Amino acid sequence: MILVPCPHCGPRNVAEFRHVGEAAARPDPASATPEQWRGYLYLRRNPAGPTTETWYHRAGCRAYFAAERHTVTNEFRRTWLPGEVAALAGGATEMGAGVDASGGQGSGGKST
Amino acid sequence: MWREHNLAAAYDAVIVGAGVHGLATAHYLAANHGFTNIAVIDKGYIGGGGSGRNTAIIRANYLTPEGVRFYDRSVKLYESLAADLNFNVMFSQRGHLTLAHNDASLRTMRWRAEVNKLEGVDSEVIGPDEIKRLVPFMDVSADTRYPILGALYHPPGGIIRHDAVVWGYARAADARGVQIHQNTELVGIETDGDKVVAALTGRGRIATPMIVNCTAGWGTLVAAMAGVRLPIVTHPLQAAVTEPVKPFLGAVVVSGTLHVYVSQTDRGELVFGASTDQYTSYSMRGSLEFTEELAGHVLELMPSIAKLRVLRQWAGLCDMTPDFSPVMGVTPVEGFYLDVGWGTYGFKAGPVAGEAMAELLATGKTPEIIAAFDLARFADGRLVGEKGAAAVGH
Repeated sequence: MILVPCPHCGPRNVAEFRHVGEAAARPDPASATPEQWRGYLYLRRNPAGPTTETWYHRAGCRAYFAAERHTVTNEFRRTWLPGEVAALAGGATEMGAGVDASGGQGSGGKST
Repeated sequence: MWREHNLAAAYDAVIVGAGVHGLATAHYLAANHGFTNIAVIDKGYIGGGGSGRNTAIIRANYLTPEGVRFYDRSVKLYESLAADLNFNVMFSQRGHLTLAHNDASLRTMRWRAEVNKLEGVDSEVIGPDEIKRLVPFMDVSADTRYPILGALYHPPGGIIRHDAVVWGYARAADARGVQIHQNTELVGIETDGDKVVAALTGRGRIATPMIVNCTAGWGTLVAAMAGVRLPIVTHPLQAAVTEPVKPFLGAVVVSGTLHVYVSQTDRGELVFGASTDQYTSYSMRGSLEFTEELAGHVLELMPSIAKLRVLRQWAGLCDMTPDFSPVMGVTPVEGFYLDVGWGTYGFKAGPVAGEAMAELLATGKTPEIIAAFDLARFADGRLVGEKGAAAVGH
């Protein structure tokens, strides 16, 4: 069983969650080129290793949050709520939930 | 069956992945086009990836005309494969049933049946009485949680011995001079401008003008070596098999609503598959949740097998695309070709994919049968939506 450390609820069974997908900042609709939109819509890094992504605790607190997970071992290295990104060292700017470093809205993010 | 070779310094083409797709591509390059200076490399062993982990179901009852034509050609190639390869692949066309448990799926079944008939593929919607006749152990009563309203019946569908297909292609390709290199991992792709010049492997550099990405699970990683980004994410898909019992299940049974498909092998085991794991991963570990959910759903269909024991379960990797169709053909990098994005439908497409990719490499022209599956369709907005026929509850 994979345990997902929800920032609100602590470690819970992965079956309670929905995997939203790889984190990617949405391009600015006013200035994005068609290529940027296509990349945002379809192209994925799909790495075999650490990745930053968005998860949704659908059968729990129903919050969207960001997670850093290893896609080969499924080890969760850390999870955090959208508002917490600024407090993290190392600048995890490539997150989808919430506000990215440039102030734009993330992909699947709902404020919590 | 096939020989071991030292890695040569150069080949006319390097095919990455020694599964059914890579080996079929090599076989048809040699058999149909006379190209034999070819290397098929694999980081593991022949047929150790998706080709050895699928549930061996063959069918052509898809939803889009492009999909139906494509998979129908594959069924035709499978029908004559044992004779073509002089190798018994045990193709058993025992019929394929896709159950409908609600009005919406019954409409989709009718839609698929009509598209199939227009393309000359044998499919028809049948009712519960006919289903009961084909599969007497199925509970078709109206008082179940998800009553069976009907099914798409596809008589040419069936199951095959998947290892035999891979071994047959490997032996036939080897006999024509193709070199198969197992335990040879691709670690990089050398390009000159936008042109492939060499494949870099764990055993050394291979100069080549053509590289074909025939991998499943690692499709995006291999493409990234050539600087090509793909609309693909990798999900595990689990399967399980029971102890063998006497033959009682004569058809392949699929239920999208219950997220399950089941068939009985010639040895008597029941083989189950389900929907892909919901999160992306390169892990091939099984989970108890999968077995629990699967068992619950199977028993809704066939309550009488409650005491059958599951012998083992496993997982494979599925490269999922946004439209549930593959990505095949040329890329912006000259000499780098794609045969990826095979999701949960790769094994049944092996022969036709190999035939078409071989033609593309040999002639430089994209065959009509795969034209709709090009990478550029995502930029052009020409998606080939197969979710209604390729997915089991995603």
